[in-house]
Amino acid sequence: MTDQKTQAELVRRSLKVRYRKERRFRAYGILAIGIALSALIVLFADIIGKGYTGFTKTTITMDVEMDGEMMFLDDATDEQQLKMADFVEPLVQAMIKQIPGADEDDRDKVRGLLNPYASNELKNLLKANPDWLGETHTITVLAHTDVDVYVKHAGDAAYSIKLSDEQQRWVDGLLESGVVDTSFNDVFFSSGDSRDPSRAGILGAIVGSLLTMFVTLVLSFPIGVAAAIYLEEFAPQNKFTDFIEVNINNLAAVPSIIFGLLGLAVFINLFGMPRSVPVVGGLVLTLMTLPTIIISSRAAIKSVPPSIREAAEGIGASKMQVVLHHVLPLAMPGMLTGSIIGMAQALGETAPLLLIGMVAFIVDVPEGFLDSATVLPVQVFLWAGSPELAFIERASAAIMVLLAFLISMNALAVWLRKRLELRW
Amino acid sequence: MQPANLLLLTIVCVLVAYGVGYARSRSLAMPLGGIRHLKSLPFYYGARAALWCGLPALFVLGLWVAFQGKVIQTLVIGSLPQEMIPGNEGEASLLLSKISNVASGALPPSFVEAPIVDASERLQALREQSRFYMSALVVSVAVLAGFLGWVRIRPKVNARVQVESILKWVFFACAALAILTTLGIIFSVAFETVRFFDKIPITEFIFGSQWSPQTAMRADQVASQGAFGMIPLFTGTLLISAIAMFVAVPVGLLSAIYLSEYANKKVRGVVKPLLEMLAGIPTVVYGFFAALTVAPFISDLAASIGIEASSQSALAAGGVMGIMIIPFVSSLSDDVINAVPQTLRDGSLALGATQSETMKKVIFPAALPGIMGGILLAVSRAIGETMIVVMAAGLAANLTANPLETVTTVTVQIVTLLTGDQEFDSAKTLAAFALGAMLFLSTLLLNVVALKIVRKYREQYD
Repeated sequence: MTDQKTQAELVRRSLKVRYRKERRFRAYGILAIGIALSALIVLFADIIGKGYTGFTKTTITMDVEMDGEMMFLDDATDEQQLKMADFVEPLVQAMIKQIPGADEDDRDKVRGLLNPYASNELKNLLKANPDWLGETHTITVLAHTDVDVYVKHAGDAAYSIKLSDEQQRWVDGLLESGVVDTSFNDVFFSSGDSRDPSRAGILGAIVGSLLTMFVTLVLSFPIGVAAAIYLEEFAPQNKFTDFIEVNINNLAAVPSIIFGLLGLAVFINLFGMPRSVPVVGGLVLTLMTLPTIIISSRAAIKSVPPSIREAAEGIGASKMQVVLHHVLPLAMPGMLTGSIIGMAQALGETAPLLLIGMVAFIVDVPEGFLDSATVLPVQVFLWAGSPELAFIERASAAIMVLLAFLISMNALAVWLRKRLELRW
Repeated sequence: MQPANLLLLTIVCVLVAYGVGYARSRSLAMPLGGIRHLKSLPFYYGARAALWCGLPALFVLGLWVAFQGKVIQTLVIGSLPQEMIPGNEGEASLLLSKISNVASGALPPSFVEAPIVDASERLQALREQSRFYMSALVVSVAVLAGFLGWVRIRPKVNARVQVESILKWVFFACAALAILTTLGIIFSVAFETVRFFDKIPITEFIFGSQWSPQTAMRADQVASQGAFGMIPLFTGTLLISAIAMFVAVPVGLLSAIYLSEYANKKVRGVVKPLLEMLAGIPTVVYGFFAALTVAPFISDLAASIGIEASSQSALAAGGVMGIMIIPFVSSLSDDVINAVPQTLRDGSLALGATQSETMKKVIFPAALPGIMGGILLAVSRAIGETMIVVMAAGLAANLTANPLETVTTVTVQIVTLLTGDQEFDSAKTLAAFALGAMLFLSTLLLNVVALKIVRKYREQYD
């Protein structure tokens, strides 16, 4: 009796400690989730903080007098003359007029504020409007990258300002008078890569990604669905089928870089296909995403209830008709969801594409499946490796675009699942 | 004709074959008194003709496209004068790119020797010929086979059975592609690895403690022979993976426990997708984060407390990799914890144990094998992860266990060795394949063991 009493006493006394332990354990769980979620928040905040300035560009708007004599040009329709003409001078003169206190002697410093490409912009304008020669027009040209960095990050210690003190004062004045201004960075979305950060864009990478994804989708979806149908519906129970399944499961866990080695050895060295083209990238990504698609498609086929099959068979449909006319349409939403998730994975994949040469510096926007191209994540990788901080800003902006694509793809998958997937 | 156009033409042929097959089966059925006298529906006769037309043509087209590049290259090299025929693959690829540059107009013909100009013309001509023969062959195969299929349409033929068995074989081929891919991986790395071991003894590769793959580019150049000992790479990989696991396992496991045992449905519904988001972020983004934010932060932090840390420390790469792996660990452990039967839980709670005691003393031991399997899978992911380490870990192959120093990993070296300009059969390039073979083998082993554990464990409670 007494013995039991003390035992109960012991338990009661230990309760406090035990409840404290319970609370502590629970707190650990919350802490763990907190760590994971704060990592996510820090990651997003860091990238947005670094990259939102990448969506603006710095421009210079001013009245430019297109004096034929100054430009050594008397006929703007003449290709030969356009080639030889001086398009820098009118811009420099217009700038000097805008900057109080600047004169002819400062022309090199003034020129340092203009983008090296600005003269080309003027040339294109004049080519489009030959009658502008001799007139004065208000035009907007890109500012130099150094100006861009100064305008966006003047107080930021991480960025080194390359403008001289005098130039900085000028830019401050020009900012106030509205000559130098920032606006939405359309260049970023309408051009390919460039050595000059203020002219570098992601259009080339986006088009490259789209071409690569197209090849991947066209190959991996039908093949994956067909393989899933075979394994679920037709495969006999034998060693060979088991072997196929083991292979698929293992391939799903093989590091992606190994697929790059495969692509390099087989597609490029054995078949002699060209390097850094979307077709080869798409083939490699197809092999990589196939296991994901097969596994999710099998799950979708499995979830179709046997009653559907039995009903179809009962009214005389052949096995293939049961599958193609009844099971497949019902499993399609699940298959689509799985494929979209697989495609999102492929879109973010970088490592295998590095090995098949999609890391080249490519200025032109690719026009076909056999043009040299790069993809969005590789573009991020290339820019992130640049010592110039202005490129880091572009890389962050490109990451935001990439994440926007991925999030919308995943949202589409979730929506499809909610909307179309049938519950049995 | 370009392959893409040819593909379109083939598809047109297939559609035509379907149409005429369909029409023929109907017209054959008419005198018999309607399509009910056919063995199969007209659709199947059409489909059969289409398959007859399309499959052989696509097969020929695929083979031709796959091998034409190599064949043309060999022919062009073979046509060069005797003294210009390159001795090894490296020279050959250099010469070929020169020739194709001349052919494409990127290199003016006046810049190169006369035989190369000839060769580039020959290359152009061969390409033209190849395109012509390919088009002719594919189209004639399509038409011929389609015609054969069309002629053989008889009311007595059971087209449906035939179409279905062809389709079944096509499905089978798609499934067998997985085996082909595995074989492709094994052969492509195995061949190069064997060639690598011809140059560098296997013992040196496995037991060597020096890694510096700089070999002399020219024979007369004074340079180090290059050392290919993989030990520093594997210890570096293990160090970074260990750091990653150190972050991912506690965080992943505890959040899985909290979500499955404590959290209510609402919290679960919000937190789980957010955690899963971590898994959906591309690795290049993590690499960017590790290299440009975490690594400078760590080295500044270390400097402020008086320790020296490399700006490419293993800690930065490993820590960020750990964050990436959190959802992987947590969703796998979640599955395993949920698979523990409710009766165990109820029994323990009925005896008066608190929830955490139940978790620690009953559920966790029961789930341990499955969790171990999940952790092994996560380790294999960490070992094979590439972009984070390429961007945030260094290239210096240090043999160290200090997480603040720079280490390099197997995947970093594969990427570095294969993205520079190099000849294909140099020891450097081959070394990348040898490393790839090691990586493939180790991750395969981990996966097989892990899957076995997980499966065995699942059977226990089924």
